[in-house]
Amino acid sequence: MLKGKPPFKIIAPGRTYRHDSDQTHSPMFHQLEGLHIDKNINMGHLKGCLYYFVKKFFEVNKVKIRFRPSHFPFTEPSAEVDIGYKIQDGKIKIGEGNKWLEILGCGMVHPNVLKNAKVNPKQYQGYAFGVGIDRLAMLKYGINDLRAFFESDIRWLEFYGFDPLDIPTNYRGLSR
Amino acid sequence: MITSLSWLKNHLDTKANLNQVAERLTEIGLEVENIKSSNVNLNNFIVCKIVKSQKHPNADKLKLCDVDIGSENLVKVVCGAQNARDGLFAVYASPGAIIPKTNIKLKVAKIRGIESHGMLCSGYELNESSDKEGIIELDKKEKNIGEKYFKNIGEKTMDIAITPNRPDCLGVRGIARDLASSGLGQLKKQPPIKINQKFKNPIKVSIKKEKGQGCGIFGSVYIKNVQNKESPDWLKKRIISLGLKPVSAIVDTTNYIMFDLNRPLHAYDADKIDQEIIVRNSIKGESFEALDNKKYTLQNNMCAISDKSGVLGLGGIIGGTRVGTELSTKNILLESAYFFPSPIRKTSKILNIDTDAKYRFERGIDPDSIKLGLELGMCMIMDICGGEASKFSIAGKIKDERKIIDLETEKFSKVIGFSITSAEIKKILSSLGCSLRMSGKKMKVLPPTWRPDIKEDIDLIEELTRIKGYDKVPLINPEKENIKDTLNNKQKLFHFAQRSVASKGYTEAITWSFTDSKIDNLFSELKNEIKLSNPISSDLDVLRSSLYSNLMISAKKNIHRNFEDLMLFEIGPVFKGSKPGEQSTMIGAIKTGKYSRKNWIEKERNFDVYDIKSDALRTLNEVGINSDKIIVSNKTKKWYHPGRSGLLSLGSSSGPELAYFGEIHPFIIKKLDLRTDNVLGFEIILDNIPELRKKIREAKPQFIVSDYQKVVRDFAFVIDEKYSSGEIINLVKKIDKELIKNVRIFDVYQGDNIAPGKKSIAFNVTLEPKDKTLSDSDIEEVSKKIISKVQEITGATLRS
Repeated sequence: MLKGKPPFKIIAPGRTYRHDSDQTHSPMFHQLEGLHIDKNINMGHLKGCLYYFVKKFFEVNKVKIRFRPSHFPFTEPSAEVDIGYKIQDGKIKIGEGNKWLEILGCGMVHPNVLKNAKVNPKQYQGYAFGVGIDRLAMLKYGINDLRAFFESDIRWLEFYGFDPLDIPTNYRGLSR
Repeated sequence: MITSLSWLKNHLDTKANLNQVAERLTEIGLEVENIKSSNVNLNNFIVCKIVKSQKHPNADKLKLCDVDIGSENLVKVVCGAQNARDGLFAVYASPGAIIPKTNIKLKVAKIRGIESHGMLCSGYELNESSDKEGIIELDKKEKNIGEKYFKNIGEKTMDIAITPNRPDCLGVRGIARDLASSGLGQLKKQPPIKINQKFKNPIKVSIKKEKGQGCGIFGSVYIKNVQNKESPDWLKKRIISLGLKPVSAIVDTTNYIMFDLNRPLHAYDADKIDQEIIVRNSIKGESFEALDNKKYTLQNNMCAISDKSGVLGLGGIIGGTRVGTELSTKNILLESAYFFPSPIRKTSKILNIDTDAKYRFERGIDPDSIKLGLELGMCMIMDICGGEASKFSIAGKIKDERKIIDLETEKFSKVIGFSITSAEIKKILSSLGCSLRMSGKKMKVLPPTWRPDIKEDIDLIEELTRIKGYDKVPLINPEKENIKDTLNNKQKLFHFAQRSVASKGYTEAITWSFTDSKIDNLFSELKNEIKLSNPISSDLDVLRSSLYSNLMISAKKNIHRNFEDLMLFEIGPVFKGSKPGEQSTMIGAIKTGKYSRKNWIEKERNFDVYDIKSDALRTLNEVGINSDKIIVSNKTKKWYHPGRSGLLSLGSSSGPELAYFGEIHPFIIKKLDLRTDNVLGFEIILDNIPELRKKIREAKPQFIVSDYQKVVRDFAFVIDEKYSSGEIINLVKKIDKELIKNVRIFDVYQGDNIAPGKKSIAFNVTLEPKDKTLSDSDIEEVSKKIISKVQEITGATLRS
């Protein structure tokens, strides 16, 4: 942000690290961070963007999504996003049912963050979100051990892997 | 934070049921993580009578009891308590019961050869007292046998996740206030307190003026002639519902008020205080025994509550045993104080202490709640234990740091996306405790003392959104127009190269950015390995300097599982130093095993260096580098087989390095115990791949179809062996770029009939004329040019 001028529309995937290792925590994982700053970007845009993302990611037409107030230091107001799901025949079904599952954190970028990035918060505002990619993949494909992603067992890789020419598009979806 | 509906109702007038309350709490940002029903478990505890107790035939210290639990037959229970005797009324837990203290589920078990159907409980096991020795003795009658021991305690409790910005909700009243604000009931007024406080507090309290003093205010009241005792049932149950152990009326009261109002209190046995209370910075080496029965030795400048004889406790963190209250305590000093968050955090971190009080003080207690805490604490203790209270003494004061916030009403809709009226703003903010006044179009807002998190207008907007409900925020579809290209060149290259390698049959792996230093060293040219200061395990102790390290570990695991024919690759960062940015993006690919296994068409053969070279070359071609720009040379790295490896570079053999390829050094294969003898690999240095200057579409000249016959001519030279095939091809192509469309090597030979140091090389040249059919003389002319040029530059001789 320091190098450019608003508006900003940034999406940044990458490796992230933490000192944790169990079935749902690995010392390395992938996070996708999004940021949209412009003159009139409000919380409704945040909601619309994430709703669209969730629908496209899980490849379902209808999805129940809940924005729940929460607290993060860099956003105000902040929200955690839950999606509706149910368990059917031992498998998770996204978009139906009465249970809620937390999938990501987001909010309106705190004015102090903008100030630090030399953007005038009186003129510009916007939203940010962060989501764990591996965690989303676990949900989508029903994978129950996060560490398996990084063990490169050829059987696992070939089972969950994609064809190299299976290129995701907005109109066709994420995979064949 | 744990609470229950009935506790909330102490502060909130509401008709809502538990589920409605829980749902609303989650909606306004106080997430209910779970609702626990203690009911089910506690039904298994029954009032019983020991009809007969006798010595266990196989154990001296155990008894075998026949117990009447109100059912048809007596049950046999083995019991170790001395006080188990005939005719005693006790508490019986049936098989299946979960013991509150240990959370262990009871089963029918053989104890020294005799089956015990359930157990007789001590107060300790039920979290009711610290008495482990004997079983509970009940004052009951025959008619009570078979009744449930726990009555009305079966109320469900909610476990609420409180975010760190909301210290006020670490008390039940704060939660009730939020619920009331959201429209789910009315917040009850605190009843006024009238107690005659005639005499002066006989214990002098002072806060020493020192740099870094951790205590802002120390309020206290002296209560004399109390009779401490066990708490009444209602209080015990509340304390148990919090997961705490009831201790005595005085201690339980202080805990109750802490959870009720987020107002920690501390009670001292006043008779054990040596003259006066001095709140001061500790001196290194001072120590005290705390209420968790551990001895703590202090550093300099920790907030010590002390008397003339030394440290009594750590302010806001934990009290000491020397002045702890007991059932025999007669006179108490009740403390209600304000400690600053950051010294609390620092001290508790150094000493590794975590208490409910510390948790609250480090988040921020309402500095205005000193007197309220004293009043309510005093009142409750005197209700239960009697006594007479002194006047309050309040030492110290702190500055009110709240600022008046200007709130423009339009800003709400600008940020949130829906509008709100001034009246609604006033209603919500005042119900949360803010004071408001209009000043033109702006609203002047003073947040309440218990909300240290509200500092500027955006914090007020958050409050308004939260209480109105996030579901009111409209859903606005994203505009899908991009201001810039979504991906820059490096990112495009990354994805393109990734697909290119994968489409050659390699399986993509993602491995840790860290690896085993012992393996990484084999593939590294770094002087110093990049050690992790706190590795997750000792075999993941460095940042990887090569993609090969983890790929080899993966290959080994797979080969050892008998998956021997492998093609694996990874694309990602490797690290050159410990500072941010000291990394580059690489592709590492390995193949091992056989190209083909036994079949009816071809013979078995291993993967070889030509396979891996071809994969590397084709990948470079596919990401946009023309074959004639790629120079093959025999420069190599220490981890490759010296004779079967090479470098692909751009433009010349000393140009930017694009990729290394080759057989992995046999020494490494052996050392890593890969159980194979051929492992091949290539590494592409993506950062060195140049950005295409023009789009492919723009870089191409116009396509002209040639109607004339193409001609192919063969040539054979004897040439110095230092010239590579690639060099010859490039040389020939340059001779007539218009006419020469292709040069293909079809034979390379060294040996009989060829002088040592030389090789024979044969290639054919395709000529494609544009404007006429080539005549013999035209062809002859080009051939001569080719021959003379090759001879001139390389000193080769035409082979006849």
